[in-house]
Amino acid sequence: MTATSTSIRGREIPDRLVPGWKRALKSWETLLFVVAVAIFIANSLASPYFLDPWNLSDASFNFTEKAIIAFAMAMLIIAGEIDLSVAAIIALASTAMGMAMTAGAPVPVLVLIGLATGLICGAFNGFLVAGLGLPSIVVTIGTMSLFRGLAYIVLGDGAFTGYPDAFGWFGQGYVWWVFSFELVLFVVMAIVFGILLHATDFGRRVYVIGNNATAARFSGVRVDRIRFILFLLTGLMSGIAAICLTSRLGSTRPSIATGFELEVVTMVVLGGVNILGGSGSIPGVVIAALVMGLVTFGLGLLNVPGIVMSIIIGALLISVIALPRLWKMART
Amino acid sequence: MRGILKSREAILALAILVLLALVAMRFPAFILPGNLVNVLTDTSPLIILALGQMVVILTKCIDLSIAANLALCGMVAGLLNMAGVPIVVILLAVIVLGALLGAFNGLLVWKLGIPSIVVTLGTMTIYRGIIFVLTAGKWINAHQMSPEFKDFPRAILLGLPVMTWIMIAIVLVFTVLIYRTPLGRAFFAVGGNPHAAVYTGISVGRTQFAAFVIAGTLAGLTGYLWVARYAVAYVDIAGGFELDVVAACVIGGVAIAGGAGSVAGAVMGALFLGIVKNALPVVGISPFAQMAISGIAILVAIAFNARSSRPKGRIILKQAEHRVVEGSA
Amino acid sequence: MLTETALAKGAETHVPVLSFRGISKTFPGVRALDGVELDLFAGQVTALIGENGAGKSTVVKILTGIYQPDGGTILVNGVETRFLTAQAAAEAGVTAIHQETVLFDELTVAENIFIGHAPRTRFGLIDASAMEAEAKRLLASIGADLDPRIRLRELGIASKHLVAIARALSIDASVVIMDEPTAALSHKEIHELYDLVEKLKAQGKAILFISHKFDEIFRIADRWTVFRDGQFVGSGRIADVTEGRLVQLMVGREVDKIYPKRPARIGPPVLTVAGYCHPTEFEDIGFTLHQGEILGFYGLVGAGRSEVMQALFGITRPSKGACRIDDRVLVLRSTADAIAAGIVYVPEDRGRQGAVKGLPIFQNVTLPSLEKTSRAGFLRLAEEFRMTRDYTSRLDLRAASLDQDVGLLSGGNQQKVVIAKWLATKPRVIILDEPTKGIDIGSKAAVHDFMSELAAQGLAVIMVSSEIPEVLGMSDRVIVMREGRIAAEFQGGSMTPENLVRAAAGIEGEAA
Repeated sequence: MTATSTSIRGREIPDRLVPGWKRALKSWETLLFVVAVAIFIANSLASPYFLDPWNLSDASFNFTEKAIIAFAMAMLIIAGEIDLSVAAIIALASTAMGMAMTAGAPVPVLVLIGLATGLICGAFNGFLVAGLGLPSIVVTIGTMSLFRGLAYIVLGDGAFTGYPDAFGWFGQGYVWWVFSFELVLFVVMAIVFGILLHATDFGRRVYVIGNNATAARFSGVRVDRIRFILFLLTGLMSGIAAICLTSRLGSTRPSIATGFELEVVTMVVLGGVNILGGSGSIPGVVIAALVMGLVTFGLGLLNVPGIVMSIIIGALLISVIALPRLWKMART
Repeated sequence: MRGILKSREAILALAILVLLALVAMRFPAFILPGNLVNVLTDTSPLIILALGQMVVILTKCIDLSIAANLALCGMVAGLLNMAGVPIVVILLAVIVLGALLGAFNGLLVWKLGIPSIVVTLGTMTIYRGIIFVLTAGKWINAHQMSPEFKDFPRAILLGLPVMTWIMIAIVLVFTVLIYRTPLGRAFFAVGGNPHAAVYTGISVGRTQFAAFVIAGTLAGLTGYLWVARYAVAYVDIAGGFELDVVAACVIGGVAIAGGAGSVAGAVMGALFLGIVKNALPVVGISPFAQMAISGIAILVAIAFNARSSRPKGRIILKQAEHRVVEGSA
Repeated sequence: MLTETALAKGAETHVPVLSFRGISKTFPGVRALDGVELDLFAGQVTALIGENGAGKSTVVKILTGIYQPDGGTILVNGVETRFLTAQAAAEAGVTAIHQETVLFDELTVAENIFIGHAPRTRFGLIDASAMEAEAKRLLASIGADLDPRIRLRELGIASKHLVAIARALSIDASVVIMDEPTAALSHKEIHELYDLVEKLKAQGKAILFISHKFDEIFRIADRWTVFRDGQFVGSGRIADVTEGRLVQLMVGREVDKIYPKRPARIGPPVLTVAGYCHPTEFEDIGFTLHQGEILGFYGLVGAGRSEVMQALFGITRPSKGACRIDDRVLVLRSTADAIAAGIVYVPEDRGRQGAVKGLPIFQNVTLPSLEKTSRAGFLRLAEEFRMTRDYTSRLDLRAASLDQDVGLLSGGNQQKVVIAKWLATKPRVIILDEPTKGIDIGSKAAVHDFMSELAAQGLAVIMVSSEIPEVLGMSDRVIVMREGRIAAEFQGGSMTPENLVRAAAGIEGEAA
């Protein structure tokens, strides 16, 4: 689309020049998808254990919890904000559930407490950012310390263990065949967030705010309300992730989910979401989650230690953003 | 109004004194000179890195890889020591390595225009990963380190450990760098008003690059000090320390949007956190409360900084202009 | 009209310090400068006069090395020169004092004056005491009693100007550009600035003085140059020209021919504003707007017009006063409230407040109307495209597709998208703030044409404009604001350029 083609006037202006499918083909998501397929093939060639459905299902646990937070984080980052406190919310929500469990609360109450803690933490972030107008990056660095700090005050170097067996279903149970609850949750959330971001008024306004919050306000968009809701959503997703993770581990330590926030942000950025806001998509984040999961699993099968995988993830993050820029520089 | 604005540092100093007084009420021995020196020494790495992070934040960037850089340089120092390399060479090596790691961040920000948070999010995992590659995950323990290696930062010189002297020297060098060199002034110009900086012939990208190199250099030097003082090196040393460093800056009044901050502020922000950390056990509060307290301190500091920098309108009415001027005077 | 130039050139014997010869500059969709001429002489003040959009700010940016001209030559002391960077321009001795002072709030007065060329000690460090002493001396030389060690953020606008002027002196500039330096100053401060300009003249500086205020032009300028729509219209000595002649040159064309104002039937009052006040921006604003009427708001930049309009649109809140639509009192807590009440606002700052660049045309147009195009919160793209097509075709939008990024359109077409966005909400009152600022002639005509049509259809229109021909050509009635208050109101035969200019600048007495 060049400036020279802008001569069509009035009624004759077409809706679209490039059909949606054609644009999708040239998109970041397609490139990422090709990468994912390539990794998938490479993995299946490298290890005979890779293509086993149960192994693949097991491997999904290493990204599902982060991915469901990443969906909400993607919307938050598209709107021009960020939440670095998500892992700390997991810690606090898990601690709250542990306290309730110790007091003898039944499983449904545990779940409600996990969700409520997430929502309260999200509301607190949202109030500080949208209500008081403070910059989200430092606010959530602060609440990250605060939320996890509260978990440390409760637990010290101790832990809550002995969750009821029924509670274990969220992190260890299967809905049908190899499809675990977490995997199903991941798929459902991908669809829900995909619709929310791409097919609703709300999602449209999220993009508008991320592109130009001032113009959004000058167009009648209630910018702060939407920002608040996004923090609430991110808190809620962190609460859900806390339920799954606590259930899967069967215990709560204050150091639970340490470093998750950076992996979640990496997943979002790798998925093509602009860290400065304004663009990105849920399908991109889904594929990025799969890529990260496949890399981790594949290297795990080859006995490559976790920390080396993190080098690869870090290098992937920088190179996927640097390479197009380098290419552009080389061309001009 | 003007008084408050001018003395953001004074308020922080007052907060530190109040904190010390509260601690002293419960445990008077805390404010004995000997203990205060301990606190100062213990806080030295945080002070040094807070200064490095400050120049990066001044230019509207952030360096999340600063602790990973520290850990990598610390490990390299430990490995060189095991190979029998003399201290002077080790010191030189970590400083150069730290500068190079910082320069890598800076180049990506300057030449490719990638947001610093993305760059350093990536390099933080890469730098930590490299430690693992170098050591296959093994620790370097106290008994594997030469006595000179361990003793250098702890040696007492004129009543203070060398590490504390190094910190003091860095604070002094920074004071000169920030307030008395064109580069120091450029940090403020680039962050405060990038467009105007271009008008005065300052390159924004180059200045950001310089900030990353400075932060990296300090991280490299601190890596050695850290490993030698705690006499242990492994992949995860100083894990999460980058957030303490950012917290020290924020508490010290460094504006996250760039362009505003001071050496005294960053030093006191770090000291505040250091005192809290050291005081909690002695006053009988669980040391586990430290994290929550620093979280609250960060939030209070942000709210306070934001209050003093609200944008004003055009102020068209003449009598209003006088009101505003008088109000701020 | 070029005879004046010829005369002036004949009278001028010495070589100008700086000259533009046939300088042109084109931006996508707009020809900002078209072969303009400009001469600046040592020890003389040259006033550059023109309406908004005449190309004055482009001249400043070329002089300071921010923009490169597409054609023509710049001569410095008769030698052809190019200002490739801001630094090159500064080294050639050109410095600018901007409307929005471009300095650094967190640095001290002395540092602001000397950033980039501070005196050094023999160790290469900034020599603070020498710098402060020199700053003090420079400030004293312009009669400013400022402490060089305090931070700039603690100063008012007038003092910041003094710092900028001291900076100009410190780099030993031969050419000083003053871009509307008095726009934000009080009466007393303006007089101090005049004294300062005299001092700079005495030091042999060539001064380019950009201003809309005729009283000050006649008071301090030695020469004048008029631009119109990016073209050089004429220049000469101030002594040889009258105010009326300058206004005529500036406005140029026959007003009635260009503006397609159709007589509309003025209906009953729609919007009534009474006693609107704001603590710092405006005071005691009251007016009534009728159906079918175009009400012009004229004034100098910074007179408070946009501030009033933004209060009516729910962006800021007035401290006192009431606003009614029909007979309903409005409480405007947000822009959403204003839109719901039928008041919409096309902002002056199109790039920041109007268009959402990065998003396609159709998403911009439907933004405030999503409730109408969507069903139960779900988007219906077909509806959105239909609405977009409806409104953009009436405005004669030109684009490659409705899916095109608004940021890729020309200024005029972006403005059409913003207007289409508001028309889709079916408003009762539309406020247009500098609706044709920085857009090409063709789009200008389309916007004007459409405004007339809207009024004829019974919409109530407020048009804020600093262009006299536009205000006179389009408005049924004109309110002039000055320093946050309503200075005068004109209607019918009293709507003359002279009356508007005088009321806006606060010149006493009747037009000649």
